[in-house]
This record gives sequence, structure tokens and C-alpha cells, in this order.
Amino acid sequence: MPGKNSAPFPAFLTALSIVVAIFLIAFAVGKYPVSPADLLRSVFARLTGRDAGLPEAVEIVIWNIRLPRVTAGILVGAALAAAGAAYQNMFRNPLVSPDILGVSAGAGFGATLGIFFGFSLTAIQVIAFVCGLLAVGVVYAISGLVRRHDPVLVLVLAGIAVGTLLNAGVSLFKILSDPHSQQLSNIVFWLLGSLNGIDTRDLASAAPLVLIGLAPMILLRWRVNLLSLPDEEAAALGVEVARLRLVLIVAATLITAAVVSIAGIVGWVGLVVPHAARFLVGPNFSRLLPASLLLGAGFVVATDTLARTLVVIELPLGIVTAMIGAPFFLYLLARTGKTE
Amino acid sequence: MNVIETRDLSIGYGRKVVTRSLAFDVKAGEVLCLLGPNGCGKTTLFKTLLGLLPPLSGEVRVLGETIAGWSRLAFAQRVAYMPQAHPGVFPFTVNEIVLMGRTAHIGRFATPSGHDRKIAADCLEMLGISHLGECSYTAISGGERQLALIARALAQQATVLVMDEPTASLDFGNQIRILGHIDRLRHQGITILMSTHQPEHALRVADRIALLAPGSITGIGAPQDVATPDKLADLYGVTEDEIAAYLPAGGLKHDHCSH
Repeated sequence: MPGKNSAPFPAFLTALSIVVAIFLIAFAVGKYPVSPADLLRSVFARLTGRDAGLPEAVEIVIWNIRLPRVTAGILVGAALAAAGAAYQNMFRNPLVSPDILGVSAGAGFGATLGIFFGFSLTAIQVIAFVCGLLAVGVVYAISGLVRRHDPVLVLVLAGIAVGTLLNAGVSLFKILSDPHSQQLSNIVFWLLGSLNGIDTRDLASAAPLVLIGLAPMILLRWRVNLLSLPDEEAAALGVEVARLRLVLIVAATLITAAVVSIAGIVGWVGLVVPHAARFLVGPNFSRLLPASLLLGAGFVVATDTLARTLVVIELPLGIVTAMIGAPFFLYLLARTGKTE
Repeated sequence: MNVIETRDLSIGYGRKVVTRSLAFDVKAGEVLCLLGPNGCGKTTLFKTLLGLLPPLSGEVRVLGETIAGWSRLAFAQRVAYMPQAHPGVFPFTVNEIVLMGRTAHIGRFATPSGHDRKIAADCLEMLGISHLGECSYTAISGGERQLALIARALAQQATVLVMDEPTASLDFGNQIRILGHIDRLRHQGITILMSTHQPEHALRVADRIALLAPGSITGIGAPQDVATPDKLADLYGVTEDEIAAYLPAGGLKHDHCSH
């Protein structure tokens, strides 16, 4: 892949302008379309503190409906992509996603429990968040008990086992749920992910957690690269491998659990986006992280816009990210196979 | 002064003991070459000396400190390791791979500076692979990867260099060049512990040679005393005649006559 690593900046600028265009389109389209002119006028009016002279409905759509939704898309996409990039690096595998250690399975199980027992939305989010963290904690603890194996392999296998167990639990509660109420469809809808219904309060609770998780990734951006070497090599180069990996697992898990608890399980973002970002700017985490944040935000805002405009009813976001993400992933896979 | 000291050292993985009761030293400023058949535990020994694998019993001291007493960062500033080359997973450029050798010298939260890039570029230049700098590490040949890993170890600017078969997959010219570099590093006062499968390489650069047979060290000392046809025949399970027939005239001839 010549030229890609030597000239990441123009590629980054191109991606940036595409993502900004996606944000503008996301503001404009929907059940109540807003013209770009109205959008600009309203934004300009807010910035200067003057009256835009637009109908109140347009103002409400822009600031109370579209803005939280686009912000949610940015937060969820950027967070999942960053977590995915970190996980792929530390597991030395470009095919892992943030779900690898069971955070989504844990959160899904927690949310299913919450919905089954008829808890409030806030309680469901809290349980999902806690169960996501717990699942990864259990996986990490198991990997600590198993010695004399490659620690990365043990983590992945423990993650698969715990994830399978939790998904079995989810299936059990689906079967047990009341078919005459909304329970089952609520569970299914939650498991497929959606930005529908995320309000400013949800954003205010998830965003700080995402920022806390991103901080160590940004600070340790150079050392994250060394985790993609075999453990012994990274150690010989001066890295406390187990400690650094634990810090990143905690950070990536916090980020993922925070957004999964408000948006449900939005698949494929954490797998596809870092892959595309690596294709664009190379594997160096100092560039991979910002590129993943940017492309992740663009990808989820774009897919969410499709999810709410493609057909009459709103599609679950997870279905759209999979429909677009999977073929795109195969395309990237075929291309990297050729150039390497 | 001894850079590395081992006392009654047993090495291996878990319950599987590879070698027992090792007791040898690496002296400051010397090149110590390890010879031994496949699977005798050369890499296992290196990993134990580098603190990457816990000793099963006994003691390892590096620069006067027990191996467990070192932090990874402080150790990496003093001891560099050139492992056997692996293909790598992500397409880092060769420049980035060599820059990773600077990690022990840059702040925990920092990225490599211009100074670090200069050192990395100098190391590539010294090994004659500057043209590979922007190539993807996953796309170059095995021998080129090995040169990149040597450059990375040099970029670490350590006083002790542990090299696992530095000449293994290199072409004839690069073998000669790398042996020349090892010689030059020795003159700069760098201590080098290396393994090789070619006794003639050991004879070319080593101050001392150690023979590692499965289970124990069977000889350690000056090259002319240790790398003799009878001892090599014993070590590798071949006859002296086979060695004499294989090695070109002049290889071990002088030593052969003295026995």
C-alpha cells in the first residue's frame, strides 16, 4: 500500500469534508425536511443571538430533534470505532470488534433483564452498563486464572464462552417474555440498536464516560502500537505489557458499555470502521485513533439517517450498519489481500 | 565486570525443564556466541536472561541487579533484544517499527520526537536499508525484516545487545555486513550475546563461545579452545570427518591441526 502512510493528511481532509457533508444531510432530511438555507440561517441566528425569522416548527426540528440525534450518532459511532481500533491493536487481530470480551453480550443481557422485569428506562440503561462491565471483568478474571497460555488467546476464548452463556440467557428471557405485551419486541429492538429516543440527558450521562475512556487512549497513543507486537517483544522494548493492556481494556470497555447502554447493540461499527481508517492512514495509533473517531461518527450518522428515511417505519440501526458494514468489510478484505 | 551472571539457573516453560544448573557470565564489552543444535534452548535462555520468562530456579543478575528487580523501562534502556523475525500483523512502515526501539527513551505519554526519528533514520542508514523506510513491514522479505529488527535494537541505544540468530535468513553479503557491524559495535564497547547456527560466524566475531547442548552447557571459553571439530561433532551429533568435509579449507583447519 504505497503512498498511503506517507500522505495521510490529504486523505484525512477528504474524509473530514465527506463526514461534515453527512452531518449536514442528516440535519436536513427526515419526516420534516429542513432546507440547507433554513439550517444555515438558524445556526447563524443562534451564533449571533438574533432571531432567524423561521417558523417555530423548523427551529424545534433542528435543535430539539435533529441535533440530539446527530450528536448521538457522532458519540456512538466515534466511541465504538475508537474502542474497536484499540481492541484490534491489543489483540493483534484486524478482525476483532469491541464485543470480543463480552461487553455487548453483558449489556444485552442486562437490558433484557431490565425490560423483562419492567424497570424504568434509566434503570435499564444502568443495568445494561453495569452488566457490560461485569461481563468483561469476569472474562479478565478467568484469563488471569489460566496461566502458561498466550494471554491474548485466553482472553478471546474466555470472551467467546462468557458471551455465549449471556446470549443463552437473553434467549431464555425472550422465550419467557409475555407474548401479549410489548416486552419481546422491546427486547428485540434494543438488541438491534437504535438512536431513536436518545435524549440530551442520555447524552450528558454517556459523553463523560466516553471522554474518560478516550483519555488514556490519547495519552498512550504511541505505546498502544507496541501492543500489536508479540508480548515478549513489546516487553523487551520497555512496555509493561499486562498493565498497559489492562488500562486499554478498561478504557475500551467503559466507552463501549457507555454507548451500548443508551443505544443498544449497534454492530459492525467497531469492526469495519477501524479497518477502513487503517486503510486510509495506516496502523499508527496516533493517526488511527483520530481517523477512527471521525469515520465512526460519519458512518453511524449516515446509517442512522438511512435507518429513519429509507422506509416508512424506522429500521433498527443495527440492521442498517450490518447491511452496509458487512459488504464494505468484504470489499476491504479483498483489497488488502491483493496489495499485501 | 560481569554484565550478566547466572547461578544454578534452570530454565524452561512451566514444568518442562529445558536446561539445568547453568552458571556462566557475560563480561562487559565482550561478544559471547552461543552455539547449539535446534531445540537446545537458546531462545529460552535468552528470554530468561531478558526477564521475559521467569527462571524455574536459581538466579539471573543483569548489571548487578536480579532480573526481577528491573522495571521493563529501565531494563530496555540498557539491554536491547533482537528476536527472530516474525511477519507482523498490521502494515506498520519499517520507519515506525524502528522507531518502536525508541520507546524506552520517550515519555510515557509522548510520541517519538525529531531526535528519535533522526536516530531511527541513522540506524536504517547504517544497515543500508534506508530505501525500505516507507515500505510496509508486512510486505518486505524475511531477511529485510531481520535487518529492520537489528535497526530497531540499535535504535534502542543500549549497552547490552542480545541477538537471536542475527544472520539466520540473510544473504551472503548481508551476513558479512552484519558480522562487520557486530565487530564495530564491540569496538564501541557494546556487550553482545548472540546465537548462531554457523560456527564460522562465531569464530569470526566472538571473544568467547559457549556450547549449549540439550540440558547443559558443555563448553565455554576462547573460540580456538571451544569451537574445535571434536567438540562441534559432539554438540551437533555428526562426525569430525563430516565437519572437515563440509567446512571449506581454512575454516577450522588451524584448530583441527592442534588436536
